This record gives sequence, structure tokens and C-alpha cells, in this order.
Amino acid sequence: MNPISSPKNPLSASNPHEAIHRDPDMVIFGFWVFMMSDLIFFGVVFAIYITMVGATAGGPGPKELFDFGSLFAQTMFLLTSSLTVGIATVMVKHERSRASFLFWVVITLLLGMGFLGLELYDFSVMAEKGGVPQRSGYLSAFFGLVPLHGLHVTFGCLWMIVLIVQVFTMGLCDVVKLRFLRLALFWHFLDLIWIGIFSVVYFGGWVYG
Amino acid sequence: MNNLDYGWLGKLNWDSLVFSGFLESPSVSEAVASVAGSIVILAAVAILALLTWFKVWGTLWRDWLTSTDHKRIGIMYIAFAIVMLVRGLLEGMVMRAQQAAAPDGFLYADHFAQLFSTHGTIMVFFVAVPFLVGLINFAMPLQIGARDVAFPVLNQISLAVTVSSGVLLMVSLVVGQFSTGGWSAYPPYTGADFSPGVGPDYWIWAIVFSGAGTTLTGINFTVTVYKCRGPGMHLFRMPLFCWTVLCASILMIFAMPPLSVAAIMLGLDRYLDFHFFTNDLGGNMMNYANLFWLFGHPEVYLLVLPAYGIFSEVFSTYSAKTLYGYKSLVIATMCIAILSFTVWLHHFFTMGQSPTINIAFGIATMLIAVPTGVKVYDWMATMYRGRIRFTTPMVYAIGFLILFVIGGLSGVILANPTVDFQVHNTLFLVAHFHNVLIPGVLFGILAGYNYWFPKAFGFRLNDKWGKRSAYLWFAGFMVTFFPLYGAGLLGMPRRSFSYGDLTFKPFMVVAFIGAMIVLAALITLIIQFLVSIRDRNKTRVPVGDPWDGRSLEWNSPAPVPAYNFVEIPKVTDRDAFTEAKEHGEAYKRPKVYRDIELPKNNPLGFILCVVSGILMFALVWYIWWLALISALTMLVAVIVSTFRKETEYIIPASQLEKDTEAWLALVEKSEPVGRDLEDSPRNVGLAKLEL
Ligand code: HEM
Ligand SMILES: [Cu+2]
Repeated sequence: MNPISSPKNPLSASNPHEAIHRDPDMVIFGFWVFMMSDLIFFGVVFAIYITMVGATAGGPGPKELFDFGSLFAQTMFLLTSSLTVGIATVMVKHERSRASFLFWVVITLLLGMGFLGLELYDFSVMAEKGGVPQRSGYLSAFFGLVPLHGLHVTFGCLWMIVLIVQVFTMGLCDVVKLRFLRLALFWHFLDLIWIGIFSVVYFGGWVYG
Repeated sequence: MNNLDYGWLGKLNWDSLVFSGFLESPSVSEAVASVAGSIVILAAVAILALLTWFKVWGTLWRDWLTSTDHKRIGIMYIAFAIVMLVRGLLEGMVMRAQQAAAPDGFLYADHFAQLFSTHGTIMVFFVAVPFLVGLINFAMPLQIGARDVAFPVLNQISLAVTVSSGVLLMVSLVVGQFSTGGWSAYPPYTGADFSPGVGPDYWIWAIVFSGAGTTLTGINFTVTVYKCRGPGMHLFRMPLFCWTVLCASILMIFAMPPLSVAAIMLGLDRYLDFHFFTNDLGGNMMNYANLFWLFGHPEVYLLVLPAYGIFSEVFSTYSAKTLYGYKSLVIATMCIAILSFTVWLHHFFTMGQSPTINIAFGIATMLIAVPTGVKVYDWMATMYRGRIRFTTPMVYAIGFLILFVIGGLSGVILANPTVDFQVHNTLFLVAHFHNVLIPGVLFGILAGYNYWFPKAFGFRLNDKWGKRSAYLWFAGFMVTFFPLYGAGLLGMPRRSFSYGDLTFKPFMVVAFIGAMIVLAALITLIIQFLVSIRDRNKTRVPVGDPWDGRSLEWNSPAPVPAYNFVEIPKVTDRDAFTEAKEHGEAYKRPKVYRDIELPKNNPLGFILCVVSGILMFALVWYIWWLALISALTMLVAVIVSTFRKETEYIIPASQLEKDTEAWLALVEKSEPVGRDLEDSPRNVGLAKLEL
């Protein structure tokens, strides 16, 4: 269940001035709509990748380039971070201490950065093997899709840093909580996209490429 | 040359200025370009000077540039769109003059190509979209009984990036050259190999930024319609305009991403040497065509649906009847929105896919005619036995009804792949899409402008000049574009700056005359505006309901106060305001006055507008340090704005009481005016109850 629609939730307390702009339902709904749009964005880029799997133009293909060991580690990092961000959500819901909330956010942040580090490392290894986006249509499609997800993760990390600062400057107030809930949604969404990338780009590419 | 090899100013140098071409090798073509560039500069300087002279910077800053009020944002959208409309129309005239003067015209081929590229890009992305978004911003929240849109600051940001992209297009008139690849910018022609200049980069960044603005707008409007409706305003009690807005917003959410992806990938090809759409190394141009039209086809419905909504309001108001077949109109709107995603392949029937696919997409295309036909009959039935008043918006609406059907029929013809093989890429196509865009979208926009103007500014537009303008638009449109059907059937290709076969010449000369009539229409439109301002003391409608309106937006003073309604009206049926007037519920004093909370002004939009403009310019010209600084500035501005604490201000109940009592006193002493007198000075915006 959506944590903020529960009646006991502090966020749904009525507002004396009918302030529509902080209505949590509306803000979260808006974010869902945004993610819908983002999903189309990713969907289209996925489609392009699928049409270009064979377009290696004699350059290196999936079989030469992918390192499934590192990919497994990246997947673990992201999946775990989804769990930790979930725990942080529970902390908000049950109004646990600020410290325990921050603890789980920081863990999530570290896992996200670990993921990014590994991903960049993978790219550099690919580049050494000649797998650069300029080499072929296939590699362009690869580097159009995977770093797009990476960019989203980077953005999510930045968001977490800002939130941590805001917890200190503004306190764990309604606005900050709402921002965090959106971040959590976003983070889960990125996890889903990653599962798509793992199955379609890496695994699918490896099977068909 | 490597991208990083450029100096501090990137590719920019003295020769990039448009005037240098004229100075080096004077010609008419260069002169036209230089004059256009000078107009941009002079206009910019003149505006700045005037604003300073009249000392309005303070007001401008407080009331407009930093405003989060949806009505003001809407008005700014419209002002911007009108400026772009003037430019786009003038480009159309120059092209018509060129083709009328052919075979020895006065423009270089490249210059002509820039003209049709900017013209198409501007008309679609910087006239039609922002004008509609402006009207929606103004009217939709009022119609559903909302205080504001769901996300006011986001609204500001959408406007900001739209405007900065438009300004970028203006800058392209002065510095460098715009793309020659048409509004659809097909690679590989727009790739680095064939178009090494900055033209396609101008196109790419303008599209990416304004497209992002449109996506955000779609999100904002969707949430507004779902979440901000007043009490009792069920979905099926909303005015039809709100329904079309909802469907168009959903199209924005789903259709804009493919365009952004296509433009960004084209950018990656050009800037970083990727191979998405190149000819070599596995690039695939068909992917671009698919992405572009996956956006492009829904886009035309994104434009026309809100216009349908405006016409529905107009037909119903000026026939003084409830809309006939409301539910069928809603369903037809939804069908069109969905079908619009299933037809994009009709834009490349001739590019080598199998006949089976062509047939499937041909049939899907023709299917759209069915819900559209339903709408046309509903509108006619709305007028049937109504007490019709031929006001300016109504004249536009009736002209639309007739001319749009012709355009639609030529579309059904084009949907037949066998016919399309004959006429694709000829002027027949140009005639077709202008035939739907001008009556459908442009007339809709102008009808909406005439219809809601008194609500926005508190006085009516001049009806005589309005009608003159409308008739000139009809005549101009017909004389310009009907000959193109003929020239197209005879095989004259589109986008040709000249032709050797003089059979086409008479058609082009007639079309040029038509373009001059359009110019007259534009001038009368401006005259109407000026005359209306001159006469404003005779046409004020402070009470707020000059047309005997049927929906909630008429239930407030004109101009509308920042808070829209003192007390959000309770809705019990469709045509909420008519209902209220009949039951004597309109102009009632609220039981209690309560404080109202509204979003504060915010400089974020303005900052992003300026900085994103600089960012785009830097990217176009490869000025990397500037691009980096401005990108970081944008990021920092957004982050800093999330630290603002007091984002709302309160309008105290006492203030509301004072305003409202004054308004109610005005209602009390005003004389209700019947519909036949609505164009006389006696109309102060209090409609007499006539059933
Ligand atoms: C009424 C005045 C107008 C005139 C005289 C005019 C004229 C033209 C001309 C001469 C072309 C180039 C055709 C060719 O290349 O063969 C053109 C293209 C185009 N026009 Fe217009 N136009 C007008 C209004 C509009 C409006 C209101 C819209 C849209 C709302 C519009 C949208 C377009 C588009 C999308 C193209 C295609 C550009 C391309 O080929 O890339 N035009 N117009
Ligand atoms: Cu189409």
C-alpha cells in the first residue's frame, strides 16, 4: 500500500488554508505520471537497441564485451539498495529517529555509487577491447541505453545528497518526507529498468548477438 | 576537425554573423537574410528601450516574469506565440514569392531550405503548441473550478524553456544559419557528413528543450484535471474543452519522449560521432523515421484536439444550447487520441515496407475519420435550432467546420497507399496539412483568443475587425492552398526552391496572391487588437460574463483575480454556470470569507529561461566552457530553489471580502444585457437570463 494514503500518516493531516500544492496524493500522483513518461523514454531507447543488435559492422559484439561477473555484482548492489531505500521508507512511516532514517539513506547512496563505479569500470574495459560507441551502430545503441540508466542513478545519488543536507537544515518536515517518498519511487523504478537492461541488453544481447 | 580543437569562442567568428554574407557578396538572397537579422536586433533593442522608457521593469518583474499564476503564464505563452506567428507567416510569404517568381527567383536554394525548415519548426513547435498551452493554462483551471494548476513552478519552468528555445531560433537569424533539413530533420542529411554547419544543432537544441517543456506541461495538466477539480465536478461534468485537454496532455506525455530520443540521438551522431542514423557502420535511418513519426503523428492530434475543445465551447455558447452528444464527443476524443498512435507508418508508405503493412496502416489512418465525423455531426446538431449569434469566434468555428472537412477528406485520400505513391512529397501534401492545420488549429486558436480575451483583460475585442480578419483568413487560406492541390496532382515536388516546368507557374502566382491576402488578415488581426485597446473604456465587462457563458470560468470578475474564485463553486451538473444562473445561484455572497493560500512569486523560471538560452547557444557553437558553466548554473538554481521555505502567501479574508463586495455591488447596479446586445457598450458582462 502506498504509505502516504494511510489515515494515520502525518502527511495527510488536513491543512488550514486548503493548500493544494502540498497535497501529498497529488504530488505523488504527479510523480507517477512523470515516471510513465520516463518509461516511454526508456522503452523507445530499448526498442532502438533491439533493432541494432546485429549492426556491429564487424566490430566487437556482446560476446566479446560483457563481463557477467561484474554485472552480477552491479545487480546485487542495485537490488540491495532498493531494499535499503525501502527500509528508509518504513523509518519515515513509523516516524523513527532521524539518525536511523539517515543511516539507511546513506547506505543506499553508497550502494548507488558503488554501482556507478563498477559500471564505469566496465565501460573502460569495453573501451580497451575496442567497444566504443563510435565503432558501430550496435555500440552506439548500447551506449545510448546503459549510460542513460547510469545518468538516472547519478541523478538519484545527487538527489539523496541534497535530501541529506535538507534533513539537517530543514528537519524531517513534510516537504522533505514527500521528496524522499518520490525519490524512493524513482529508485525502485530504476531497479526495474536495470532488470530490463540486464535481461534485454546483456543477456538478450549475449544470446542473439 | 576534432570537436575540442575549437578556441574560446568555439566555431563562432565574424563570418558567422548574417551581415557578413551580404558584405562579401551582395545579393537579394543575402539582403533578405540581413534584413531579417536586423529586424530581430532592432526589435529586441526597441523593446528593451520601450520597457525602460515607460519604467515598467518593476511591474514586469513582479507581475509577470516571476509570476506563478496560471493565467499570467498562459498570457505570456500566447504573447510569445503571436510573435513567432508573425515570423512564421512572413517566412511563408517569402517562400510563396520565391516560387511565384521562379524559375528566376531571388533566393539561393540554401536560403529557401532554411525558410521551410524554420517555418515548419516554428509553426508547429512555437506557434501552435505554445498558443494552445497558453489558452489551456488560462481557461482550463477556471473551467474545472481550481485555484491553480497542480504544479505552478513547474508551469513556469515549462514556459521558460519554450521561450528560450524560441529565442534561440530568433538568434539563428542573426548568427549562423538554421538547418536546411526541414522541420522533420531527417538524417543522414542532417548528420555531420552532409550538414557540417551549425544549422541542425540549432534545430536539435530548440527541439530538445521545448520538447521537455511540453512533456512537463502534459504532466502538469493531466494531474490538474485528475486532482484539482472543484467539488461536484465529476469527469463527465467537465466542459468538453477540459476533456480534449486531458487527452492532449496524455498525448504530450507519451508522444514527446520519442521526439526527444530522436533529437538527442541525432545530436550524439553529430557531436560525438555515434552511428545511430549514419549511412555507414551500422547506422539505420529508418529508426529515425519511426521515432520521429511515432511522435509526429500524435503531435497533429495533440494540436487539433484542444482546438476541437475550443470549437465545442464556442458552438455551445453562441448557439445557447448545451453541447449535443456530449458523451459521444468525449468518446470520440479518446478514440482519436488512441488511434493517433497507430498510424505513424503512413508517413513512409513509399520507403519500402511491405504492401500488407501499408494496407494495415492505411486502414488505421482512415479509421480516424470515423470519430472525427461523429464530432462534426455533433457540432452541427448543437447549432440546429439554437439561437445562433454570428460573433467572431462563431465565424471562425463555422469556417472551420466547412474547410476542415475538405482537409480531412484530402487526408483520407492520402491514407490510400496507392494514391500516396503518386502524390507523396508533392504540393498536394503541403495543401493537405495546411488545410487541416490552418482551419483546425489556427482558427481554433484565434476563436479561443477572441472568446476568452475579455475574461483575461476585462474588455472585449472589436467584433467588426475580428470578422474582417476571419473572412480574410478564409479567403487567404483558400486562395493560397487550394491551387497547391492542383500543382501537387500535376507532380510539383514540395520543398523546391525553383522549377523548370512553367505549367506550375500560374498556380504559384495565385498562391502568392493568396499569401498576400493572408498578410492582410494578419494586419487586420493587429488592427483589431489596437482598435480594441483604444476603445477599451466602451467595452469593459467587469462583471465577467459577456457571452452568456455556460462554464465556470465566466463565474468570476474580469480580469480574474489571482485566486480565481473566492469560494470554489459547487457543481451539480454539466453547463455548471448556466445551471447556477437558472437557479439564481450565481453571484451569491459566500457564507464566510476564508483566507486563501497561493504560491508565491518565484524567480526560478526566469533564471532558467536565461541560462538555458545561453546553454543552448553555447552548445550550438561548441563553446564548451560556457556550456558547462550554464549547465551547472541550472542545476544549482534548481537545487537552491528546493531550499525555499515559505513558498506560499496568504490573501486575508478581509481583502477577499472587500474585493467581492465591490464586485457584487457592481453586479447589483449593472443592467443585464440580452444576447442581441452583447456587442454594444451596454454589455458590462452581466448576461440576461434568456432560455
Ligand atoms: C497562412 C500562411 C502560410 C503560408 C503562406 C505557408 C506557406 C508554406 C510554404 C510555402 C511551405 C513550404 C512548402 C514547400 O516546401 O514546398 C510551408 C511548409 C510548412 N508549413 Fe506553412 N504556411 C502558412 C501557414 C502555416 C501554418 C499555420 C502552419 C502550422 C500550424 C504551417 C506549417 C507548415 C509545415 C509543418 C510545413 C512543412 C515544412 C517542411 O517542409 O519541413 N504553415 N508553408
Ligand atoms: Cu500522420
